[in-house]
Amino acid sequence: MNPMAASDIVIEIAYVIATALFILSLKWLSSPTTARRGVFAGEAGMVLAIAGTLLYHGIVDYKWIAIALVLGTVIGIPLGRVQMTAVPQRTALSHAFGALCVTLVGTAEFYLRAPEVPKFMMAVLSLEIILGSLTLTGSLMAAGKLQEVLPQRPITYKGQNLVNLSLLGVAIVVAVLLVLDPSRMHLFPLMIIIPLIFGVMMIVPIGGADMPTVISLLNSYAGLSAAAMGFVLDSKLLIIAGALDGASGFILSVNMSKAMNRSFSNVLFGAFGQVQATAGTGQEARPVRSATPEEAAAILAAANRVVVVPGYGMAVAQAQHKVRELCDALNKRGIDVKFGIHPVAGRMPGHMNVLLAEADIPYDKLLSMDEINGDFAQTDVALVIGANDVTNPAARTEASSPIYGMPILDVDKARTVMVIKRSMAAGFAGIENPLYYLDKTLMLFGDAKGFVGNIIRELSGGHG
Amino acid sequence: MHSDLLSSLYVFMLAAFIGFEVIRRVSPLLHTPLMSLTNALDAIAVVGAIILAGAHKSTLATMLGTIAIVSATSNIVGGFIITDRMLKMFKSSGTKKA
Repeated sequence: MNPMAASDIVIEIAYVIATALFILSLKWLSSPTTARRGVFAGEAGMVLAIAGTLLYHGIVDYKWIAIALVLGTVIGIPLGRVQMTAVPQRTALSHAFGALCVTLVGTAEFYLRAPEVPKFMMAVLSLEIILGSLTLTGSLMAAGKLQEVLPQRPITYKGQNLVNLSLLGVAIVVAVLLVLDPSRMHLFPLMIIIPLIFGVMMIVPIGGADMPTVISLLNSYAGLSAAAMGFVLDSKLLIIAGALDGASGFILSVNMSKAMNRSFSNVLFGAFGQVQATAGTGQEARPVRSATPEEAAAILAAANRVVVVPGYGMAVAQAQHKVRELCDALNKRGIDVKFGIHPVAGRMPGHMNVLLAEADIPYDKLLSMDEINGDFAQTDVALVIGANDVTNPAARTEASSPIYGMPILDVDKARTVMVIKRSMAAGFAGIENPLYYLDKTLMLFGDAKGFVGNIIRELSGGHG
Repeated sequence: MHSDLLSSLYVFMLAAFIGFEVIRRVSPLLHTPLMSLTNALDAIAVVGAIILAGAHKSTLATMLGTIAIVSATSNIVGGFIITDRMLKMFKSSGTKKA
């Protein structure tokens, strides 16, 4: 290479600083007290990197760049302002956008360079294209399911895994053929189309409760495809950003799969949704104890320590603000209220925390499964709102249960358990929950928001 | 060329380790903002798209590059906005009634 031009040196320095800012950004995110500084660092790094790039001498025409930057901003602003309950589908959508960018750039790079593409370069480019394309359609499918544009029920058929793995296999064969001889340019479109189909097929068998794992996995794929793009463009900045994103998605996927007791290979091959075989038939109409809002309020009022366990049902019912009011009403009576949050509660990692924080519940009240589980034995009332499988004691005791071995919140160790639920219908996977038939369990049938509202009314009416 | 790719591999390996160490420390409380923030940072791919769209090497490249800028920019803008909105909501008991 020639000695670097002055502008190139400026650009590289801007990239180095941007890289440092990105790492700081994630480091500051470790605690809620410094997290917003992290966003600022990320923004500063981004502006610096983009400004630096615009100085690049190879750019001859700024017209399209300007139009695209403006258009992207116009699309981005509403995507940043969606409701908090819509964050999972927004996140899936943004994985799709990221993957789209990577796939398009990769495609353009191939046609600019072919047929003379070095082998290693072609291999990385293939990885970029395959990961990018499957993440694109996979994320769009996930977003569609989360937005309920597509049916949420998992769709399974015989030989599904075989079909999916063959699709992926064919894509890899095409990639290998291209690596061996990049002049087979007619094969290139296949390397886009097949993973696009694979992305759709991969998400077809996924049910709602598997979404936290899937979103994390897609996050990881998006990061890795961006890192591959960094190899192709020889951009260290992009390699690092992609590696950070990939690592983040990977860690979250592992967390989620552990929290559902799935093996890691199970996650890697995207073989989710296999669990809901035909578990928990039988045992019809076992007796349960139910209670009215009045009774529930009386029990809560007599408690010293209450732990609320929220699940996706709370998000669906938009009950988080009512839950906060309940929390306030109990606090006013000197009752300690904490929240126990399972890693896979909701539709993406950390989903419940965001919704509860939005409802103004202080984050020090939000405890993770490991932090709260020891407390249940000293808890008077465990109030389960819209959560099901994550509280199912069968996961501890029944080896035949599909969720056996999954770590759960030990709500059954509390003195009294109250479960707000629409009806006795089984949750995701149709797994029977023995928790509901315990003597200490009271079922509160109704809409989460309405029922909590009624409890609050009773609490304020009773004592004035 | 060859040493370029090799040094890129080193960079990737080191960045992955830094990523693991830094992200492992992020509290589960903030996993949703973590995902939206890394998503915004990942959209740094816009840098490659800008060069592609501006260099005018072929009509196809300019076209694909332009679309790529649009999608990456929407991730940058949307990602940072929503991450900050979420983080603003996380308050501790001490500052709650401020």
